[in-house]
Amino acid sequence: MLQIEDLHVNIGQTKVLRGVNLEIDRNETFILFGPNGSGKTTLLMALMGFGGYEITQGKIIFRGEDITNMPVHERAKLGIGMSFQRPPTIHGLKTRHLVQMCAGGEDVDVEAMAREVDLEKFLDRDINSGFSGGEIKRSELLQLMAQKPKLLLFDEPESGVDLENMKLIGKMVRHLLQQDLQPREDMSMKEQKAQRDSSGLIITHTGYILDYINADRGMVMYNGALCCSARPRDILDHISEYGYEECVRCLR
Amino acid sequence: MPEVKKKSGKKPMTRNEEDIDITSYQYEGAESGLMQDLTQLDEQERKQLLMAGVDVSGKDRSGTFLQMDHSSVHCSTCIPGVEVLNIHQALDKYDGLKDYYWQAVDPDKDKYTRAVADKTHGGYFIRTQKGAKVVNPVQSCLFIKGEKVGQNVHNIIIVEEDSELHIITGCAVSHQVESALHMGISEIYIKRGGKLSFTMVHNWGEEVHVRPRTVGIVEENGVFLNNYILLKPVRSAQLYPTLYLNGKGAVATSNSVIAAPPGSYINSGSRVVLNAPDTRAEIVARTITTGGTIINPGHLVGNAVPSKGHLECKGLILQDGIIHAIPELEASVAGVELSHEAAVGKVAQEEIEYLMARGLDEDEATSTIVRGFLNVDIMGLPQELQEAIDQTIQEAGDEMF
Repeated sequence: MLQIEDLHVNIGQTKVLRGVNLEIDRNETFILFGPNGSGKTTLLMALMGFGGYEITQGKIIFRGEDITNMPVHERAKLGIGMSFQRPPTIHGLKTRHLVQMCAGGEDVDVEAMAREVDLEKFLDRDINSGFSGGEIKRSELLQLMAQKPKLLLFDEPESGVDLENMKLIGKMVRHLLQQDLQPREDMSMKEQKAQRDSSGLIITHTGYILDYINADRGMVMYNGALCCSARPRDILDHISEYGYEECVRCLR
Repeated sequence: MPEVKKKSGKKPMTRNEEDIDITSYQYEGAESGLMQDLTQLDEQERKQLLMAGVDVSGKDRSGTFLQMDHSSVHCSTCIPGVEVLNIHQALDKYDGLKDYYWQAVDPDKDKYTRAVADKTHGGYFIRTQKGAKVVNPVQSCLFIKGEKVGQNVHNIIIVEEDSELHIITGCAVSHQVESALHMGISEIYIKRGGKLSFTMVHNWGEEVHVRPRTVGIVEENGVFLNNYILLKPVRSAQLYPTLYLNGKGAVATSNSVIAAPPGSYINSGSRVVLNAPDTRAEIVARTITTGGTIINPGHLVGNAVPSKGHLECKGLILQDGIIHAIPELEASVAGVELSHEAAVGKVAQEEIEYLMARGLDEDEATSTIVRGFLNVDIMGLPQELQEAIDQTIQEAGDEMF
């Protein structure tokens, strides 16, 4: 699904990523840990292709295609979708209208989707205008539900969110990753699973999101490089007990 | 001295306002007879009016007034609570309208007010009855059909105590007209507890000069919502409506949405004077240029306490053009609360990328943001007019970007 090879990214003059190698398989959910300022968000921004994140070396392959220099909207069309941590307010652009545009011309039931994330009342409001932390997360999820990405990039699903919201957000992330399969008349769960086509790259500090999704693998980012590939739970336990110091030793 | 020039660098670019030779326009000869029914207008004229917010069928309107060149050709009301007359009739009927006629605007303010005082072709008089809640808007249109026409109108609006009125006033020129001058005096009186929403939509032409002169006076607990929409080319427009909040608890909001294509010179702002305790005012202007010049002054004056006002001007320069925002706050007593925020620039890259991450290309993302910027939701208009204006924004948008 996604291959990142020796990726170096600068922000202005500062080298932030220094040779990141990462592969995420189809239907794999990958968790990225790391202290503040280690480069996690930069990795997501570079994957999405935003200006200001200059790739100086290495490449990004998505579903067999080299997207290293591809414009943002083409990446989105190929199936990369991102949940923004601090999305901008756009005056005069209704949430409803944006969700429709996310579907890229496909006919979607915006009302029904909004009901799932409890945002019906926000459909006629300007996008992100005066939204709380939880509302921003739910609105991002709503847009992604319409966008149906094959690779979901999510920067800290739990930041600025209360417990009740966390439950809903966790459930919806699970849904977007197509991990919420239910027995169906027409198709066995095994068959359904074989049709799944959704991967995730999720950044977390607290690990709360791990209570809601099946995360396959995790790594720690430290000073612009990845280390310590392991089961996400184990990494989380390790970090909460020993901090990031032990990870650094690994890197040396 | 070339040396000095070099040091001073690029001079401020604001193009100077053209002085208009008002004598070069025709003030006589373009008279027409009364029109029973506006559906007599031809297809193209109707379309021009519709783009200025006026529906010729009169559906869902409480009244209609049409001034064509030098004549008031149509005047009707369909409900009792509101009276619509042409200004000459009103002056006859009400003994010269002594308390209102030229009582808010000074005829010697400038040469344009003087010209209207010397010769008035028409204009409307709209008055509610005390306590009447007029739900559907009264529409008025000032239309220019003839070439080189100078049109002088004088409008008076009186919102009597505790009554409520919505006015949509559209200004337009016929397609054939290349050059014209419109001078319009509007005096607006809102009595105690009265409410008025006044929405002016301009749909002029590339060689038309426009000089409206508007003053509103609001008494105790009166509410004045003033909206101005200019999305079409105009050679020059110069307007600066001034609203005086003279009664306790009076409230005014002045919104404008202005777009200037190449060749347009627009000097449009508003001023609100808070003359009584518990008055509140808000001025919001959104301006956009694709090559034209926009001067956007805004002036809040606080002369009584407690009073509160906020001024917001936001401008976008899409490619070329000039936006000159001039926010002014003036307070003459301690305790007045006035604030402003002003920003002139380009579409934020962050917003463009946000939409691109949802699959829109850069042009789609930019036009989506620009349409949102010009959105008139804040104006609280009737649904149907809102839709007509959304349509205009869509079409203006397609032409501009």
